[in-house]
Amino acid sequence: MLANTQSAFRLAVLDPAAALPQGLAAHNGVTPNRRFAIYRDNVALGLAAALESRFPASIAIVGADFFRALAIRFAREHPPRSPLLLDYGDQLPAFTEAFEPAREVAYLPDVMRLEIARAQAYHAADAEPASPAALKGLDPARLHEVRVEIHPAVRLLRSAFPVATIWQMNAGGEAREIVDWSGEDVLVTRPRLDVEVQILPPGGYAFLAALRTGHPLEAAAEAAFAEAPDFNLAAAIAGLVAAGIACRFEI
Amino acid sequence: MARPLDKEHLARLKALEQRYRPASFSEHLAWSSHEEVFLNDLLPVPYTPETLRRVCDHIDEVQETLGRRMLLENPSTYLLFEESTIEETDFLAEIAQRTGCGLLLDINNVFVSATNHATSPETYLDRFPLGLVGEIHLAGHAETVDDAGAPLLIDAHDRPVADPVWALYERVIAQAGRLPTLIEWDNDVPDWPVLAREAALAEAAMARVMRARAA
Repeated sequence: MLANTQSAFRLAVLDPAAALPQGLAAHNGVTPNRRFAIYRDNVALGLAAALESRFPASIAIVGADFFRALAIRFAREHPPRSPLLLDYGDQLPAFTEAFEPAREVAYLPDVMRLEIARAQAYHAADAEPASPAALKGLDPARLHEVRVEIHPAVRLLRSAFPVATIWQMNAGGEAREIVDWSGEDVLVTRPRLDVEVQILPPGGYAFLAALRTGHPLEAAAEAAFAEAPDFNLAAAIAGLVAAGIACRFEI
Repeated sequence: MARPLDKEHLARLKALEQRYRPASFSEHLAWSSHEEVFLNDLLPVPYTPETLRRVCDHIDEVQETLGRRMLLENPSTYLLFEESTIEETDFLAEIAQRTGCGLLLDINNVFVSATNHATSPETYLDRFPLGLVGEIHLAGHAETVDDAGAPLLIDAHDRPVADPVWALYERVIAQAGRLPTLIEWDNDVPDWPVLAREAALAEAAMARVMRARAA
């Protein structure tokens, strides 16, 4: 009985077009449409607010009203499966891709993916990045054996749009005309307290993606060169330490 | 609510409690998750012997997990269930009796629910087991009307505490004595002086009542 009451309540609270659940009452005997609507509004606006706190740059791009309408639609179709709202909205970019009114802002889903990466980096486990001294022990002859333990906050994003540039301009950065609309590969991480966003040089994405799946340095470098003949291996290895991407080098 | 509590979430709650060791831990008489879906709101509970047992089981589990007594808070409600057979005050008192939990009395919620169901907040408070109250909440509410034009208040936490709620507050502390009191204002949060003024009003009401009691 209780389970049925809750199921009916849950379905109707997420669907404004649904009939009210059976068994509701009001002191004056009136059909409690407006009373039930308070729960509908609270649920929709509460979940939309959770999304709004996670996607501030996306709001800056489409405006608060547009984003709220999108967020409410999403919340009603994809309510959270976990009470941890810090993870809520991972499906929003895919939802937005199929959301007709957002079609003309084609880069919006990728900006959302970048915001998700930033939130994940923020909440990822702390870990101590490797010190520059760790590089000194690397034997160039043994790069095929060296594996790199990647910091738990590292996230990689590949976009067909200049997503980091767009994000930056909508996250308090200075607005400027984007002349080059080619795609960007983006690294998001949090070596210590602050989340950092960097545009990766050619080959950088393939290099880090290979390292993260456990490939040794040499194989990762091969993957990077295959994608970008001008890949700069020395700079990339230095960057592993300088950007706090690596925690340990293992032989 | 009709399902067992989420063990992982309980474990997280325990970790949080152990990290911060709060003076008091409370939760609402409400539900927010069902069939894996989390609705992020305080949804209403029918008051029946079945739901009473269910809530008691969950409170037992929380108190066993945390190793401490919790406080259960009376909710703001906007509608009623035909299946309800127990008064909310009796429901809360029985839960406290069975589980040993304390109660958190949200006086704005009392006023909101009483208005919404055309009942008397004074009668509610007279039936409320004040001896079990470990904390009081005060907050502002929004005003609207139902489908028939009857007053309908919403627990909005977005404005000052309403005058009738202050009056009920004085009535409660005159009976129950000094109690920790929290002003809830978490939407449209104002500048600090406005918020501090609300706390000062609570302090002044407490002092006034205590003087009257001493006299």
